[in-house]
Amino acid sequence: MSVISISAPVNIDSDSDMSDDDTSRAIVTPGELVTDDPSWMKGHGTYFLNEKTYSSVAGNVSRVNRLLSVIPLRGKYQAETGDHVVGRITEVGNKRWKVDIGCRQDAVLMLGSINLPGGVLRRKSESDELQMRNFLKEGDLLNAEVQSTYASGMVALHTRSLKYGKLRNGILLQVPSSLVVKSKNHSYDMPGNVSVILGVNGYIWISKTTSYQLSATNAATNRAQASIESQAGYNPGQASVAITRLEEESSWEIYSDKNDPISDTIRNNITRYYNVIRALSYGELGITEQRIIMGYEASLAYTDDVSLIDKEQMETLCLDVINNELMRGN
Amino acid sequence: MTFSSQANADGTATVQQGLTTASATVFGPREPRAQSRGTLLHDRASLSVEVGEAAWAQQGGSKRSRGDKRLTEVAAAIRDTFEPVVMLQLYPRTEISVYVQVLGSDGGILSTAINATTLALIDAGVAMTDYITSLSIGLHLTQPLLDLSGPEESDIPHLVVACLPSTGKITLATLETRIHVDRFEEMLDVGVEGCRVLHAEMQAEVRQRTTTIVERMQMGQGSTTAVATA
Repeated sequence: MSVISISAPVNIDSDSDMSDDDTSRAIVTPGELVTDDPSWMKGHGTYFLNEKTYSSVAGNVSRVNRLLSVIPLRGKYQAETGDHVVGRITEVGNKRWKVDIGCRQDAVLMLGSINLPGGVLRRKSESDELQMRNFLKEGDLLNAEVQSTYASGMVALHTRSLKYGKLRNGILLQVPSSLVVKSKNHSYDMPGNVSVILGVNGYIWISKTTSYQLSATNAATNRAQASIESQAGYNPGQASVAITRLEEESSWEIYSDKNDPISDTIRNNITRYYNVIRALSYGELGITEQRIIMGYEASLAYTDDVSLIDKEQMETLCLDVINNELMRGN
Repeated sequence: MTFSSQANADGTATVQQGLTTASATVFGPREPRAQSRGTLLHDRASLSVEVGEAAWAQQGGSKRSRGDKRLTEVAAAIRDTFEPVVMLQLYPRTEISVYVQVLGSDGGILSTAINATTLALIDAGVAMTDYITSLSIGLHLTQPLLDLSGPEESDIPHLVVACLPSTGKITLATLETRIHVDRFEEMLDVGVEGCRVLHAEMQAEVRQRTTTIVERMQMGQGSTTAVATA
């Protein structure tokens, strides 16, 4: 007992000297004393024994007001409402799909939380329950939004937006979820006719950009333009552009299993992006749109995109990206 | 002691003690696989451990298969050791699987496997109340010896101890031969002392790795904000 109570509090102090503004940078490992002051509230990654708070995981100590928690650096993705995730169907059940999103438990996607072919006003019928495999079956990939999380750890998803739905024309890449930085938008159109969906859960979808996707990601700009146009003259129907499109797109097309024809150049580009993102994750760099583009540009130096799987090349690429960032930033 | 990065696993670690090498891989907490659905617990996670041995691990090539009695026993011992320390109640309805591969075997498989499992679980971010460190202790006449090799293990009485180093609580003590109770106490004391030393080593390793990752991430974050403001 005496061993810990001497070493641990000292550690926090000495570590916090490293970053002067933020005391939350202290690193603890399991069983280490975090504080012996019982007035702190005990958060995740800690446990309370004999009026003392100990850490149960290895990671950073984080303090929010009086709440003390330890954030593990690795570990399973923890879903939060509103997260844009990519997942794979593992099971078709009663009015619901089970989706693997890298969480502790498989997430649930209810039949009622997907867009059924035939538009918004379409009503769900019993025949839909019987043909659920025609929409999504085991092994299918989809992107979705976390609708809600429950205390039991269950996660519910929904795909009721044109941004979400079944995925095709691309490949999946998995990285640690801690590397994906949450942002407002998680699907990007990259140079080279490639689209990337950065799932907050660390599942990344890299695919060919389709004209439909283009318009979906630019929906906001379209609407803005539409409003500008409608100022010039009254244009009936313009304001409701989103709804009419929803009906058009909600055909069986969105649940198709067939890939569009993908040219060799695009295939190569997809591979290149795949390797670039893998290199970033190898270097433990947070993955953002900016970095992927920079990495892609840096990777163009290698004519053979396969050479990027080499460890040294990955390291070099990461350094390139960091240097590039420093140059732009400061 | 290394944290090897295995792409698909949630956590991995390889520990070498003398000529014995064991590598542990942790998956989970995850949705229970189809074949282990029956073991699903509604209030906590279920812990499953499997131990395998590489064909080249042992001299003389006496091959052990996956279903080997001894290895199954080691697996059961590991599970029983970790069940009270891993905070299973935090992960209801899930499964945590530990796979241990013995890559080189020269005595003390169990203790090396336990040490590797501890590191792998920490790497996977699974909540534990403490480290578990383990050592084998032999007895030569009246002299306790630490961390036995294969030939030593087969010739002299030995004890395997696993303990929570910070509190000194013992979660595992197995003895396969008879020894005098006075000697036993002495061996146990030496063993716990040895576990403390191991703990310091393991903690240093974990801390170093954690610090590296944090630095890497901060390097990233610092420049991202710089880009954002620019």
